[in-house]
Amino acid sequence: MMLIPCPFCGPRSQVEFTYGGDATLRRPAGDADPSRWADYVYLRDNPCGPHDELWYHGAGCRSWFVLRRDTRTHDIIASAPVGEPLDGTRP
Amino acid sequence: MTASRSRQGSETQRWRLPAGGAIDRSQPLAFEFDGTRYSGYAGDTLASALLANGVHLVGRSFKYHRPRGIYSAGVEEPSALVQLATGARTQPNTRATMVELCDGMRATSQNCWPSLRFDVGAIANAMSAMLPAGFYYKTFMWPPTPRWWLRYEQLIRRAGGMGRAPTEPDPDHYQHQHAHCDVLVIGGGPAGLAAAQAAAAAGARVIVCHQSARFGASLVGSEAKIGARLAPDWSEGAVAELAAQRDVTLLARTTAFGYYDGNLVGAIERVAGSAADAALAVAHLPRERLWMIRAKAVVLASGAIERGIAYANNDLPGTLLADAARIYVKRHAVRLGARAVVFANNDRAYAGALALREGGTEVAAIVDARPASRLEGVLPARARDAGIVLLPASAIARAHGRLRVCRVDVVPLAGGAATSLDCDLVAVSGGHNPTVHLYSQARGTLRYDPVTASFLPDGSPLPIVTAGAVQGCFDLAQALRQGDAAGRDAAARAGLVARPAMVHVAPDGERAAVEPLWSVPARGKAGKAFVDLQDDVTVRDIELAAREGYHAIEHLKRYTTLGMGTDQGKTSNVIGLALMAKQLGVSIPEVGTTTFRPPYTPVTLGAFPGHAQGPRVEPTRYTAMHDWHEAQGARFVNAGLWKRPHSYPRAGESEDAAVLREARNVRSAVGIVDVSTLGKIELQGRDVAEFLNRIYVNRWDTLAVGRCRYGVMLREDGIVRDDGTTSRLDAERYLMTTTTANAAAVMQTLERLLQVDWPELDVHAASVTEQWAAAALAGPRARQVLERVADIDVSNQALRFLDTAACNLRGAGEAIPARLFRISYSGELAYEIHVPADRGRAMWDLLLDAGQPQGLMPYGTEAMNTLRIEKGHVVIGAEIDGRTTADDLGMGRLVSPAKWCIGKPLLDRPALTAPDRWQLVGLTALGGAPMPRGAKLVADPDAPLPNPILGHVTSWCFSPHLDAWIGLALLAGGGARHGASLWAVSPLATARVRVAVGPPCFIDPDGERLRG
Ligand SMILES: [Zn+2]
Repeated sequence: MMLIPCPFCGPRSQVEFTYGGDATLRRPAGDADPSRWADYVYLRDNPCGPHDELWYHGAGCRSWFVLRRDTRTHDIIASAPVGEPLDGTRP
Repeated sequence: MTASRSRQGSETQRWRLPAGGAIDRSQPLAFEFDGTRYSGYAGDTLASALLANGVHLVGRSFKYHRPRGIYSAGVEEPSALVQLATGARTQPNTRATMVELCDGMRATSQNCWPSLRFDVGAIANAMSAMLPAGFYYKTFMWPPTPRWWLRYEQLIRRAGGMGRAPTEPDPDHYQHQHAHCDVLVIGGGPAGLAAAQAAAAAGARVIVCHQSARFGASLVGSEAKIGARLAPDWSEGAVAELAAQRDVTLLARTTAFGYYDGNLVGAIERVAGSAADAALAVAHLPRERLWMIRAKAVVLASGAIERGIAYANNDLPGTLLADAARIYVKRHAVRLGARAVVFANNDRAYAGALALREGGTEVAAIVDARPASRLEGVLPARARDAGIVLLPASAIARAHGRLRVCRVDVVPLAGGAATSLDCDLVAVSGGHNPTVHLYSQARGTLRYDPVTASFLPDGSPLPIVTAGAVQGCFDLAQALRQGDAAGRDAAARAGLVARPAMVHVAPDGERAAVEPLWSVPARGKAGKAFVDLQDDVTVRDIELAAREGYHAIEHLKRYTTLGMGTDQGKTSNVIGLALMAKQLGVSIPEVGTTTFRPPYTPVTLGAFPGHAQGPRVEPTRYTAMHDWHEAQGARFVNAGLWKRPHSYPRAGESEDAAVLREARNVRSAVGIVDVSTLGKIELQGRDVAEFLNRIYVNRWDTLAVGRCRYGVMLREDGIVRDDGTTSRLDAERYLMTTTTANAAAVMQTLERLLQVDWPELDVHAASVTEQWAAAALAGPRARQVLERVADIDVSNQALRFLDTAACNLRGAGEAIPARLFRISYSGELAYEIHVPADRGRAMWDLLLDAGQPQGLMPYGTEAMNTLRIEKGHVVIGAEIDGRTTADDLGMGRLVSPAKWCIGKPLLDRPALTAPDRWQLVGLTALGGAPMPRGAKLVADPDAPLPNPILGHVTSWCFSPHLDAWIGLALLAGGGARHGASLWAVSPLATARVRVAVGPPCFIDPDGERLRG
C-alpha cells in the first residue's frame, strides 16, 4: 500500500486517496474536432515509467493534486498542488 | 481434574527426556489426537508433544494417501497438517509444528478414512503408476462436456482435498493494528536481536517480530557461549534489555508475511498463543492481530529453512529434517527414536546428530554425500570424537517400513553394494534455503551461491538489509556481527546517527559449505522419491515435466503442483528446480526461481477484514428522524450507507398494503417523507451561475434569487450522470441537491473541476448533507399543514411552484429556522423543508402534529417510488443506468443550445442520436396481471429463439391511482411506439404479460396538481 505525500497533509496511506488519472490531459475547446474529443474522453497513454497523475485526498483535505509515480515500481517521485511544478520549487 | 488427567498423561510421555528443554514440567497439559488422550507440557508444540508420546504417524498425504509424519519444527512443515478443534473453531490444515499446545486441545488427522492407520484412499498409492503429474489434466478432458468434468471433479475432490472448513461463523475476533517505526527487524534470532540492539542504541524506534513464542531461534537450547554467557542466557538478557526500552516493541508469535509498497510490512500475531478459548474470551483478546507496519528501514534476519534430499520412500514417518531433530531434543526434551541414521551434505546437520545422541538416540551412522577430505570441520570432528560412524561419499538410496521407517539402504555414491542399517529415525539435511521471500517481495534480486547451494540476497532498491542465515551465514559470531552492522545501517537509512559497533564475542563454528545433492538415483523399483511432501510430487514427476516440455519453472509448478499448498514449497522448491536444471543440462540460476508471492505463511482469512465484518463493514448513516421511524415500526431499506424507511406497516397490515395506503394518502390527502439523505452541496462565489452552466445541460444564468431549477448533469461522454434541483438562496449562494447514491461522487467531481480544470472560477463547494435534516410534505392538503407552522405567507401567489424561501416553523417549543423549497417529486403540491440537523426531529414532530387534522401520514421510499413511477420521474440505477442520454430519458429539450456544458460535444455522435435508441416509455399491464420482475420487452413471446429483445422494464409497481400494474421501460425507438402493445416476459420467472406502451407519465401530465 503506497504512502502518498499529500502536498497539504504530508504522507498518508493510499486508502485515503482516489486515483484521478492522467494529470496532463486538457479538455479541448467546445467546438474542437470530434476526433480530439474522442481522444480526450476515451484514449489514454499507458506509460511505463514516471507518470504524472491526479490524486484526490478524499479522506483528508479534499484536495486534488499531482503525483509523479513510476508505474513500474510504484516509487513516488514527487507531488505538488495543481498548477505548481513537481520539482519542489514554488513559482 | 487436570491433575488426575495429567498424572495419567505423564506416564504416557514415554519419549520425554528426564531433564532439559525449554518446557515447563510444572505445567502438564492434557490433549487429544484422533480420540486418544495424551499429555504434554507448557512450551510444547502439538508436534513436540506428539513426538514425546512416540506418535510419529500423524497424517496421510494429499494425493497418494501415504502415511506421513512430522518433518520439521517450524512454519515450513509440509506433512503434519491436522484439523484443530471442533465446531465453529475448527481449523483445517494447521501445522502441528506451529500450534502451541494448550490444555484440552483436540486435533485429528486429515486425508484418511476410516482411520489413520488403515486408510482406504491409500489404494491411490498402489495405483500410483496411473497417477503421474498432469494426470487429471490429461484424463478428464474426455468426453469434452462440462457435465462430465463436474462429475469427475466431485470424485477427485472427495479423494484429495485437505481438512474441512468450519460451517459455523467464527466465534473469535481479529484485530488490526497500524504501527510506524524507524527500523523493523524481522526475525528474533541472534542476528535479529543484535540488529535490534544496534538500532535501538542509535535511538531508533524499533519493532522486532519473531515467529515463535520465544525469541532466540537457534540460541534456544544452544550450548554456545557469547562473551562470558551461555547463548540462551545472552538471548534472554538481550530480550529483557530490549523490552525495557520505551521505543522498542517486541512482537512474539508474529510472522511477517508480506512486503508491500511504501515499506509496509504485513505481519500476523497469534495473540491466542497457547491460551485456551475460554481465557481468550474472558480477556476480550483477539485470536490474531494483523499488523500493518510502516518502517523507514527493514532488517531482514529471517533465517533459513532446511531442505531434504530425495531418495526412495523419503516420506516415511520417522523421517525429519536434522535441524528439527536438534530442536525437538534441545528445546522440547524429546527422545525421537531408538536408533537414527543421519543423512547430510553439510556440517550443520552434525549438530542434529550430536543432539540426537545426547537425547538418548543411538546414531547408527552419519551418511554424508561429501568425500572424507571435506569432513574436517569443527562439527564433524566432534561427531567423530563422540564415536559416531561417518560414512563419507555415501547416500541413502532407499528407506523401508510401512507406518514408520525401520531400515535404510546406504550406497556409496561412486557405485557399489548397498548396506542396510536398521533404524527408526532418519534425520536428513540437504542444505538450507535462506528465507528470502520478503527480500524478493521488496524488489530484491537473488543470486545463486554455489558454496551454500542456495539463493542469496543480492541487492534491493528499497531500504532493506539482511543479516544472518538469510545471507547464508550459519556462524554465530558472524551472524552477530552482521546483525549489528545491519541494525546500524538500517538506523542510518532511517536518518539516525548510528553508534559504533557493539562487541559480541562468540566462537567461530559452523561452515556453511554444502555439497549439492538433490536426489539419490533410484536403483530398480525402489519406491517413490519425494521432492514435495505436501503435494506428493516425486523426482519422476519432475523428469516427466521436463520430457513433456514444461521447462519454465512457473510451468513446472503448475503442471506438477510443486510448491503449492500451505507450505508453498519451503522445503521443496529449490530441489525441484535443481532437478529440472539437471534434466535440461543447464545451471540452477538459468532455471530461476518462482515468484515469492505473499503471504509467506497462511494467514487466517478473518484477520484481513478484522473488525470490519457484518454491520461494521461500512459505517451506517441514520437521519435525525431515525428513532421516530423505528418507534413507528418502519421497515428499513439500505440506500447507500443510509437506513431509510421503506414503509410503515400498521399492526396486522402487510408491507404491500402499507405501501398502497401511504401512496393513496399522498394523492388524496397529504403525506410526509424523510428526504434527509439527499446529497446537499452548498455553492458560494461570484461565478456559481457560470459553473452551473458548465456542469448542467440547462441554463443557470437566468435563475433568479429565490428560485429553484431541476438540472441534469452529464458525464464527459454525454451519458447522464446525475440529476437534482439547485436553488439560488442568495445572489452568490446556491444549494445543489444530488441523488442519495451519487452525493459523494458528485462532490468529488465538483472539487476536481474547481481545483484542476477551472481554478479561475470563484466558486467554493461544501457538502452540507449532514448539516440539514429534510422532509417533503406532499399532497393536495400540504399547504394547509404548512400554513399552520410556517411564519411566512405560503399561498400559491407568495410561494409559487419552484420558489424557495427562509422562514421559522413555530409550534409549542422554540421556533425552528427552516428553508422551504416548493418542489415536487410525487407530482402533487409539495414542499421540501430543510432545518438544521439537530432540529430535524422537532420539525418532524411539529409537522405531524400540525397535519393531524388533514390526515397527514408518513410514507416510505416504496410509496415514494410508486408516486414517482406514476409521474414518470427517473431514478439513478433504474433509468439513469450509465447508458442513457438526456434525450433517451425524454429530457432532450432541457439541453440548452445556447451554451457549452460537460458532455455536450459528444452528444451528436451518430450512436447517441440513432432513432432506434432505447427510450423511456410508460407501460400498463393489460388484464390485471402483475409486471414480472426484470422483464424484457418482445413483440411475440412465442417467436423462435433468439427472440429479438426490444427493451426492458426499468421500474414497475402497482399503481393505486390507476388500479393497475404499471412500469417504466427503455424501449428501442420508444418515442415512436406510443400506442403499441408488446409483451413483458421474464423467462426466469416463467412469466409474461401483455403491456400497452404509452408516454412515461400516468398522472397529471400538465402539472396542474403540483402548481395548484
Ligand atoms: Zn491532504
